[in-house]
Amino acid sequence: MKCSEFLKELTDYLDGVIDTRTKAELEEHLHWCHNCYVVCNTTQKTIEIYRDHQLVELPDDLRSRLRSAIVTKCEQHKHDCQEAHAADEKKEPGK
Amino acid sequence: MEAIESKVGEPANDETKLVDAARSGDVGAFEQLVRRYDRNVFRIAQHITQNREDAEDVVQDAFLKAFQNLGQFQGQSKFYTWLVRIAVNEALMRLRRRRPERMVSIDEDVKTEDDSIPREIADWSPNPEQLYNQGELKEILQKTIQGLAPSFRTVFVLRDVEGLSTEETADALGLSVPAVKSRLLRARLQLRERLTKYFKRRNGDGQK
Repeated sequence: MKCSEFLKELTDYLDGVIDTRTKAELEEHLHWCHNCYVVCNTTQKTIEIYRDHQLVELPDDLRSRLRSAIVTKCEQHKHDCQEAHAADEKKEPGK
Repeated sequence: MEAIESKVGEPANDETKLVDAARSGDVGAFEQLVRRYDRNVFRIAQHITQNREDAEDVVQDAFLKAFQNLGQFQGQSKFYTWLVRIAVNEALMRLRRRRPERMVSIDEDVKTEDDSIPREIADWSPNPEQLYNQGELKEILQKTIQGLAPSFRTVFVLRDVEGLSTEETADALGLSVPAVKSRLLRARLQLRERLTKYFKRRNGDGQK
């Protein structure tokens, strides 16, 4: 297996969605290719470091402000729809 | 992991009931769905737009659009995946407005793959996080992810930060599974390359 072939399979290998035979071939390659070993290892660490460190938080005060704005807009939309429906009914009763 | 905690322990049928109630105009039921997913939507929006105000607007607009269009939600995909699709489109639209000089699209594909060929081959320090304090580390991670093209950043955030499956990511972005895998590989390799500059093993770290 060439390094370029190893790289193509790297995502599936790291995600554990690879058939047994390909997995064995990749691990055989990793056994003797130091560069691919390092790339594989540091790519795994890259994923972990982003998973472990939450870069974006939604503060509680902003969260409740956004939620109440969303609820108000939804209530308004519902009200508009009901009014439009009532107006249609008035124009063409029973339809 | 906090990213998908909101979905843990929430039975699917409970969600179906909430969606059905919201579809028939129950704003209270919809508010429960907002509580369940607002943090996730905010994180995705902030990562894509890289702008706090835009992220706030995306959260409001995405939920409102979802409420207005619940009639079109067929239930073939999960409500969350459908919501993410709306949020990603809103976020990309805002990014386009801010960067009109650059075409920003989820279909965007960088022509060359040279940007993903590993050049920096150095193992990392055993405890890379301990090389920097929390503030510095956050800044490094933030700066590095910002450097990715939006189409790669979006795939990486949905898949590796928010924990969506490859299929869910494809569904949310309207991409094929191979396209998601290709972008994910390149995103991961580019981030790895850039982070290696900060985290590589230095003299005195101890040998393997």
